[in-house]
Amino acid sequence: MTLVLRETLNAFRRAPLLSALSITTIAFSLFVFGLFALVAVNLHYAMGSVAERVEIVAYLKRGTPIETLTQAMSDIAAIPQVESVKHVTEDQALARARQELREFQDIFQALEANPLPASLEIRLKPQFRDAQSAAAVADMLSKGFPFIDDVRYGRDWVEKLDRLRNIAGAVGFVIGAAFAMVSMIIIGTTIRMAVLQRTNEIAIMRLVGATDGFIRLPFLLEGLLKGLIGGLGALFLAWCVYALIDNNLNFSAMFFTTAEALVGVAAGGVIGLVGSLFSVGRHLRSV
Amino acid sequence: MIKFTGVTKDYPKTGAALKNVSFHVRKGEFAFLTGHSGAGKSTALKLTYLSERPDQGEVRVSGFSTSRVTGREVPLLRRRLGIVFQDFRLLDDRTAEENVAFALEVTGTRRSVIGPKVTRVLTQVGLAGKAGQYPKELSGGEQQRVAIARALVNDPLVLLADEPTGNLDERATRGVFQLLRDINASGTAVLMATHDLDLVKSLGGAHLVELQHGSVVFDSAEEAGETETAAS
Repeated sequence: MTLVLRETLNAFRRAPLLSALSITTIAFSLFVFGLFALVAVNLHYAMGSVAERVEIVAYLKRGTPIETLTQAMSDIAAIPQVESVKHVTEDQALARARQELREFQDIFQALEANPLPASLEIRLKPQFRDAQSAAAVADMLSKGFPFIDDVRYGRDWVEKLDRLRNIAGAVGFVIGAAFAMVSMIIIGTTIRMAVLQRTNEIAIMRLVGATDGFIRLPFLLEGLLKGLIGGLGALFLAWCVYALIDNNLNFSAMFFTTAEALVGVAAGGVIGLVGSLFSVGRHLRSV
Repeated sequence: MIKFTGVTKDYPKTGAALKNVSFHVRKGEFAFLTGHSGAGKSTALKLTYLSERPDQGEVRVSGFSTSRVTGREVPLLRRRLGIVFQDFRLLDDRTAEENVAFALEVTGTRRSVIGPKVTRVLTQVGLAGKAGQYPKELSGGEQQRVAIARALVNDPLVLLADEPTGNLDERATRGVFQLLRDINASGTAVLMATHDLDLVKSLGGAHLVELQHGSVVFDSAEEAGETETAAS
């Protein structure tokens, strides 16, 4: 094992330029993918905060007894899609309207009776903040509870949000897959160059009776290391870009979570490993 | 030791390289494989170290047979052989010493054993003083000596040499050839492919197999009635 490690490190020492070049190539191709992932993460986050505003409001008939309401609220809260239910009384509705609609303050002041109905504000769980779920819950509310007068959830708006989300998802997937593919091809080629550079060495190893496993191991380790170092480099570059945007533009960006970052670096390692496995495998068969 | 029985090897592009070739190299023997370039000498050596497999017939080398040996066993066979080429095939980025040690390292030899063994073979080939030099710093003859040292370091039963003097001047050729004779004298069989007939003549009594267009046209052992027939 020590020999394998020594051979791997020697490979870096003997061809420092090529090693540095392949690590840089790996770092930059993963960086491009990382940038895309960063944009995707931020878009996803932005969509999520827009979707938070998906809310169903059920307006109540006047004079609904508070006991009925309490029972109904716990029934509604038990619906799988529902995250929370909040009761807004007529007075609270008026107070809120006064605060939020300042331009109509005069009208509100002149009112003798409160025209606003009480309501239940229902928030959906994050995974159900789409048109279909909202419609289903709205339907359940208007049919299942006789004291509910009307249900609103901004159908048009939610449907538009849905469409936007679908488009973003599809475009993201296609571009992401393309970027990932390009990274893999570039990294594979880079690793293959390193293997080609050592064709002679592989041939000699075979002639003096080294087993295939023995020949393969230092190359695999080398590929893994290059991938991991490249991955770390890519992460660092992505972080620089993130810091630059976060500090200089009036925009609070999100960076990868630790888990996402670790997955990214590990992916670099895996691509390096798999790339080496293929390149060396092809070579072992041909020598 | 090495036995070819009715061996035929075809290459799809260039046609037959060997046609029904049979010969037998015995333990401790010095054997020449001669013939013009393209006669099939290198192919015969490749079949011996199992870089190629015969299309017909069988090659037996030190108990391994081409008809039975698996891919996993090939390295084990090669550890019993020492192989030397015309173009030396040294690793340029390693010293003479490291090149020789490499052959032991890749077979998993302990480090404590490697040092003394490398020193011993480098002394044997007359390069003890140049152990730390890189191939580029050595003459052609010296590079071939390093290659021979690498081939010897695993204590092979037989040394295969494919035109080992092909790239050397006359003086270096004589030196390397003498080294091969010394190695043979110490008990290691040598199978040397060469088209240098002067060398062949200089070693009277050696086993000589001559190939022409892939067929054996002369086998000194058979002439002397020593070799069993191909059918046996």
